[in-house]
Amino acid sequence: MFPWLTALIAWPLVGAAVVGLGSLGRSRTGSASAGVGLARPLALLFSLVEVVLLVGAFAAFDTGAAAEHQLAATYPWIPQIGASYAVGVDGVGLLLVALAVVLVPLVLLAAWQEQGRDEVRLRRFVGLVLLLEAFMVAVFCARDVFLFYVLFEAMLIPAYFLIGGFGQGAGRRQAAVKFLMFSLGGGLIMLAAVIALYFLAVGAGVDPSRAFLVDELVGVDLGATAERLMFVGFFIAFAIKAPMVPVHSWLPDVAGNASPGTSTLLICVLDKVGTFGMLTLCLPLFPEASRWAAPFVIALAVISVLYGAIMAIMQTDLLRLVGWTSVSHFGFIILGIFTFTPLGTAGSSFMMLNHGLATGALFLVAGFLVSRHPEKSQRITDYRGLRSVTPVLAGTFLVAGLATLSLPGLATFVSEIMVLIGAFGGAPAGSAAWTVAAIPGVVLAAVYVLLTYQKIFTGAPAEGLEDLPDLKARERFVAAPLVAGLLVLGLVPGLALTYVDAPAEQSAALTAVDEPADAAAQMGSDK
Amino acid sequence: MTEFVAPEIDWLALAPLIVVLGAGVVGVLVEAFVPAKARRVTQIVLTLAALAGGFAFIAVLWPQIVAQPVQVVGGSVTLTPFALGTQGIIAVLAFLGVLVVADRTATGQDAFAPAASAVPGTSYEDLARRSGLEQTEIYPLLLFAAGGMMLFASTDDLIVMFIALEVLSLPLYVLCATARRRRLLSQEAAAKYFLLGAFASALFIFGVALIYGFAGTVRLLEIATAMQQGGLPLDGMSGLLVAGVLLVTVGLLFKVGAVPFHAWTPDVYTGAPTPITGFMAACTKAAAVAALVEVLYRVSIGVQAVDPEIMRQLQVVIVVVAVLTMAVGTVVGSVQSDVKRLLAYSSIAHAGFLLVGIAGFSSQVQSSTLFYLLSYGIATIGAFAVVTLVRERRVTPGSGEHNGPVEDDGVVLGEATEIAQWAGLGRKAPWLTAAFALFLLSMAGIPLTAGFIAKFGAFTGATSGGLWWLAVLGVLASVVAVAFYLRLLVVMVFQPAPITPGVEPARDDSPRVETGAVSTGSTSAGSATATMTKVQVTAAQRVEVTVVRSRGPAALAIAVCAIATVILGVFPSLVLDLAQEASKFVP
Repeated sequence: MFPWLTALIAWPLVGAAVVGLGSLGRSRTGSASAGVGLARPLALLFSLVEVVLLVGAFAAFDTGAAAEHQLAATYPWIPQIGASYAVGVDGVGLLLVALAVVLVPLVLLAAWQEQGRDEVRLRRFVGLVLLLEAFMVAVFCARDVFLFYVLFEAMLIPAYFLIGGFGQGAGRRQAAVKFLMFSLGGGLIMLAAVIALYFLAVGAGVDPSRAFLVDELVGVDLGATAERLMFVGFFIAFAIKAPMVPVHSWLPDVAGNASPGTSTLLICVLDKVGTFGMLTLCLPLFPEASRWAAPFVIALAVISVLYGAIMAIMQTDLLRLVGWTSVSHFGFIILGIFTFTPLGTAGSSFMMLNHGLATGALFLVAGFLVSRHPEKSQRITDYRGLRSVTPVLAGTFLVAGLATLSLPGLATFVSEIMVLIGAFGGAPAGSAAWTVAAIPGVVLAAVYVLLTYQKIFTGAPAEGLEDLPDLKARERFVAAPLVAGLLVLGLVPGLALTYVDAPAEQSAALTAVDEPADAAAQMGSDK
Repeated sequence: MTEFVAPEIDWLALAPLIVVLGAGVVGVLVEAFVPAKARRVTQIVLTLAALAGGFAFIAVLWPQIVAQPVQVVGGSVTLTPFALGTQGIIAVLAFLGVLVVADRTATGQDAFAPAASAVPGTSYEDLARRSGLEQTEIYPLLLFAAGGMMLFASTDDLIVMFIALEVLSLPLYVLCATARRRRLLSQEAAAKYFLLGAFASALFIFGVALIYGFAGTVRLLEIATAMQQGGLPLDGMSGLLVAGVLLVTVGLLFKVGAVPFHAWTPDVYTGAPTPITGFMAACTKAAAVAALVEVLYRVSIGVQAVDPEIMRQLQVVIVVVAVLTMAVGTVVGSVQSDVKRLLAYSSIAHAGFLLVGIAGFSSQVQSSTLFYLLSYGIATIGAFAVVTLVRERRVTPGSGEHNGPVEDDGVVLGEATEIAQWAGLGRKAPWLTAAFALFLLSMAGIPLTAGFIAKFGAFTGATSGGLWWLAVLGVLASVVAVAFYLRLLVVMVFQPAPITPGVEPARDDSPRVETGAVSTGSTSAGSATATMTKVQVTAAQRVEVTVVRSRGPAALAIAVCAIATVILGVFPSLVLDLAQEASKFVP
């Protein structure tokens, strides 16, 4: 069988090497403009071929067994420490791989003119984007905890350079450092847990040369205290990445200072590793500890929903605002995961995809808007009355915004309603109450989206902005697939749900597996 | 009269040491007999050949030693796989280090004083400079130091270990004093290193004496056996043993650069000629850590038998030192403003991480330590090699719009070691910056670099020894360490080159900055003034930062280090296999 996943991982790496390495030659300002300008077309070509590979992977994937990890391959990597190169995706993983692969060409296209005309700089930029793509695809495929950790950390490096080197805000360097410190801090705590997990697994009888494989680790009894400690280690790393209140504070800074393309990749795809990790590592590996922590996690998730939404309303910077909306949305995703119901988990999985499409569209369109302003201002109050000036831009922004506030008919509505209904009947104590508490988040979403739209697009055009150009063909090509995706998945959600339902049921079964046993044991002791 | 019986000696087992030390002796003769013109080339070829030859013998010996360790010359040299592995690592690192030492760069000058014995600021110094003298004795000195290091970890005999300690230290003291620029600083560093080093040697030998008093022997394995069997005359006085072991350990920790015996490290690393700093940081640490592992593990067997409580206390000592070392290395390191000092504190921090792995006293320590030493050494030599190429250059503003430099204009001075001066390096020298960034990431332990696998091994060692909380502390220290590597990275990659106020901004990317003014023709007038420090730049002139071209060797070393860092990070299996073979026959 053709190794689809390995090909999906390797191809962008090849692209990054081909396009990016040439950029390290001496940059002469004199000769830079003489460059043939192949960087962008070449990178776009690589990312489009990647989409073709993705189609192949979808064709080879058996939706009837979406809960199983398919297209799998396992090779020993560092046998001395038990690490393997193990890849495989279930339905959720495949959808997230798809999200990454689809967004990259759109981001490249959106950033076509954003990084100037210096060929060396462009080569570096697209090289880093392709490198990041390879790592992102790989991390969603990893079925070995060590491999997952390595990729989880390694992908920070291209992201760091993308934020700090190619951002547009004045505070981009600080934002990059903040991002890296938060992520590495969480990651290193996870490293301690990874090492401990290995020893406990080996102690419990797992073959030392395979003791990082997720499939080997599921179901191993680690002991209650150790399991909880390790859950905390993993969870902190994922919560930082997700991001979740109170470890979210790097995200608005990054959103406000990175280029919109970088933010899209970062927040729409890379951050999904956090929620993806909770779903595919925390829950199966530490089911008991997950149940133990669930009330606390749910509380934090709901606080994220409300706090993110309130902060979004208060923002004056358009891109920071979009960043804060994501904090709110990630709260919903985490809420769905930790209520352990098939419906909620499926809704969360679906929402991971939808959030990527909706927020990606919002980021990119906001980026188009900012790039039109004569001073590239990101302040919302610097814009007024653009609906008559740039109608297509206004319309696209509105659709992306409506998707963000989960308007019925769009994909985000389906996932959000699934999460809320699932969470209402969730297993952990107090689920229903917390879910009710989260509902104002939906209303607040309407406030921040519609208020922003009103400020920017209604009224009389602001001075100096009367003749801004509308979306160009290139920009429409970027926005169209995202809007189409949101509409199609909103009308026919089954297209995506076939991939997430089965994994969700399996996940719910895993976390619920002890409940009857506990109950039986209790009944036994009652006698 | 009894007949003299020649001892049987396995010459092959001694071959790596003989080749390296013998070549050092030959090097001294070269100084005496080879004409001055050919001396430098001869020495470089001889030195590199000796290290390569030594490594070849190590490779030949490897299968034999892995099958069966040998004791040579009555046990004075004990070749275990671990010892031989250490020798191999030192040979490789020394080879890379010598490449950096040998590079004169495009300025035509190496990093060493033309006549190291000349008093700074005298007319003799000036004369030596003008007549183009060269101090080629550094090469035999390097060989002696490397030979001493190779012996250091390959002996079971504390007296031989002491001799090896001196053989490796004395050349280093001299080498530290030979910097071409900032000579007073260099000599001060050497004096400091010598005094503190002598103090540490004294503690070491005193510890040996106490151990001998207790056990009646200076051979580590015999000590262990004697203690296990009991019945020693001084059996009750285990305090003697504890004091002895502690003093020996202190002597070794000094060389390792562990807190609280680290005070020399920043000053010596800063003052010594940068290629020597790289050599010293990588190789000395390898030798000292390996020796520490040998001593601690052999002694621990005996101590465990005599009194487990003492063993526990010994472990506590190592743990405390490890924690302190990580804390001081990372915290103090994060406020440094000089690249060399920053790398010095990084070296201290790495000593701490190494000790975390050692403190577990688990069976994997040998292999994980060897891998750590190799990956750390590669990154360190590479990083210091980069430092040698980033220089200050004197510019006279307004000297006619970039046409025809006035005299003294464009003279390349010493290294630009202020972190702030490294701003904008990413634009001036992208490859160099990329390599340096890679070394920093490896030192920070980012996955897919060698440093990550190394750190993983160290923390795994602590965890498997039951010290999981020490591994957690190590992880936290890593976070702080990342912060300070990042600082440098941010300056290099993201910050634009500084623009001196009041004068026209330098055209950073003009080719002249990169290639001009460093032509080899600058030796006559250039070298005369280039030895001055930046203090002597007059007010009308200013200093800007430039990157000089390597003549080849240093660039080769940097490239090899960078490639090895990636390969060891992505496919560490091959080397890990060797390292695991090296941890066979743990006593």
